Amino acid sequence: MINPVAAMLAVPLCAAAILALLPGYRLSARANVVATALTLVSALSLLAVERPAPGPFLLIDDLNIVFVVLTAFVGFSTSVFSASYIGHEVETARLTSVHLRFYHAMYQVLMFAMNLALVANNIGLMWVAVELATLSTVLMVGIYRTHEALEAAWKYFILGSVGIALALFGTILVYMAALPVTAGGLDAMVWTALVASAHEFDPLLLSVAFVFLLLGYGTKIGLAPLHAWLPDAHAEGPTPISAVLSGLLLNVALYALLRFKMLLAANEEAIAPGPLMVAMGLTSLLFAAFMLYRRRDIKRMFGYSSIEHMGIITFAFGMGGPLANFAGLLHMTMHSLTKSAIFFAVGHIAQVKGTQKLADISGLTVTHPWLGWGLVVGVVAIAGLPPLGIFMSEFLVVSSTFTREPLLALVLVAGILIALGALMLRLGEVVFGAPRGRADPASASYVPMFAHLSLVLSAGIYLPPPLVAWFQNVARLLG
Amino acid sequence: MGDLDFDIAHLLAGGLVLVSFLLIYQDRLYALLNIYALHAGVLAASVAWQAHVQDAPHLYVTAALALGFKAVVIPVALHRIIVRLGIHREIEQVVGTGLTMLAGMGLVALAMVVMLRVTAEADPLAREDLAFALAVVLLGLLLMVTRRNAVSQVVGFMSLENGLILAAAGAKGMPLVVEISVAFSILIAFIVIGIFLFRIRERFDTVDIHALDRFRGERR
Repeated sequence: MINPVAAMLAVPLCAAAILALLPGYRLSARANVVATALTLVSALSLLAVERPAPGPFLLIDDLNIVFVVLTAFVGFSTSVFSASYIGHEVETARLTSVHLRFYHAMYQVLMFAMNLALVANNIGLMWVAVELATLSTVLMVGIYRTHEALEAAWKYFILGSVGIALALFGTILVYMAALPVTAGGLDAMVWTALVASAHEFDPLLLSVAFVFLLLGYGTKIGLAPLHAWLPDAHAEGPTPISAVLSGLLLNVALYALLRFKMLLAANEEAIAPGPLMVAMGLTSLLFAAFMLYRRRDIKRMFGYSSIEHMGIITFAFGMGGPLANFAGLLHMTMHSLTKSAIFFAVGHIAQVKGTQKLADISGLTVTHPWLGWGLVVGVVAIAGLPPLGIFMSEFLVVSSTFTREPLLALVLVAGILIALGALMLRLGEVVFGAPRGRADPASASYVPMFAHLSLVLSAGIYLPPPLVAWFQNVARLLG
Repeated sequence: MGDLDFDIAHLLAGGLVLVSFLLIYQDRLYALLNIYALHAGVLAASVAWQAHVQDAPHLYVTAALALGFKAVVIPVALHRIIVRLGIHREIEQVVGTGLTMLAGMGLVALAMVVMLRVTAEADPLAREDLAFALAVVLLGLLLMVTRRNAVSQVVGFMSLENGLILAAAGAKGMPLVVEISVAFSILIAFIVIGIFLFRIRERFDTVDIHALDRFRGERR
């Protein structure tokens, strides 16, 4: 019997080594798909097998299985999309075969780093994994080597580094808080041990630590005052990376923050982490909603939309309580699926039109019906219209807020509506306008996009009871 | 713990804050790099002293890394890069030296007030170290926001990171310190290689509106 946790970490790592050596992009694109499929299988088998007891480094519980399965699934479908995406990039000579070898190896390193961050039981190890994930995405954002791509990568690098530096300071402070209570050494960095003894920690020190962690990991989530890297990184990198960034990496940083939130919740005298997260979440939502109106680049626009949704999710988790946490989890899942589906469509659209400028993209439903209608469904979903899944999760966030904090709910609704207006305005021009400009035939794989969208649609209509029970259980865990 | 142990640790950590102040007002890149080498040297001494006091031999690895990699290899590499990029003669306009120094003093005061208050129960040695470390981190951030040149920004980031290593070394018995310092060294090596390969000279914000538009990829 193979240990699924070990498989989940070993498969991407071995695949990265192999892909770095494989010549020929067709072969390595397929190998990439196989590797992510194997990772998905091992992630799914976590649901079936008995969970290993938490060790000093690794931990599997109800909370991180949700993240792990989501990461593995989106990682897999993105690799399928990536295989059809890069074919075009090679034909147009935007990427050479050496670049692609590097790209595929880095894709697997990223999968490894994200899985490691999600299953880490040690706050130091979690930090190292998030840093590794940042580094690998920085390298991929800059892969086109254009002036803009390098600028975006550099900005991401510097802001991301400052973010992870602050997160490390917070981690050291948590260790300092744990030192008088535990024996010190390795035990004082193991999350399960920390939670068990958190009620004895010095509350002041723990509170200061959380502020650093919120700023540090918040930079990686893309929360408002610290979001500056996110739109550039989304716009200038290869589109599969934009999909993975939005759909997965932001979630991983959020997961790290949630672990520390649970730590603070275990200590009654420490500051409540909720209000801080609520404030940052709402700021991000409002800021991004207004910024959506002035966008001229289609990938940047959806980058801002990610900031908006991460704001809503952080807000929901900040509100806390079983219902808001449930809504936050559901919204996070729906956002990952929808946003990556949108990027799958946008990637091919940018290829067939030869541009990312919104002004030059028009009439897609006429020239490319599959891509056009796929984008319509995706944008309708991301804007939060019924009957798709995001409508339901946003409705849950809003209704759970209305009963507790009506004023905050008003701000929330205003933000969501403003964003909806911006998205609808742009969507109309892009898909229903008169066709203009280049319209190359698309050689795209539509399977990943429609697979994601149909999942989002079915979740909007009917959620299977086992899933609901699972999420409710996790929501209770989150407190 | 003897008084001497504490005094020397205090002296070295305080010295690091002082060298951070020296970094803030250097307007020549060569001088900036030399002071940074000094910064890394002081860090190495401080970490080595912690290794001695805490009887933690693995910290000597971190100290050696700081001395060899950060105090020698990186400054030498950056020296060569700025010569190759042809920016070694440039004098950088440091925005309002006096104002920046005042802001720096405010940040140090903030670090002391915050850290000394919240760590009232901790071991005094670790407590002082942590307060100084936060001061170094904040001064590093200040250096990064007041500079336009990519090399000086990287120096700012590296001094910030030295503060983190000081904090990690001061936290008694903290595991993974060596691993974290190695991880940071790799990160820094990547940044330095990045500057060289991509010939990045300036930070990408500017008052020039045209450059701003292009950089956002959204020129009309």
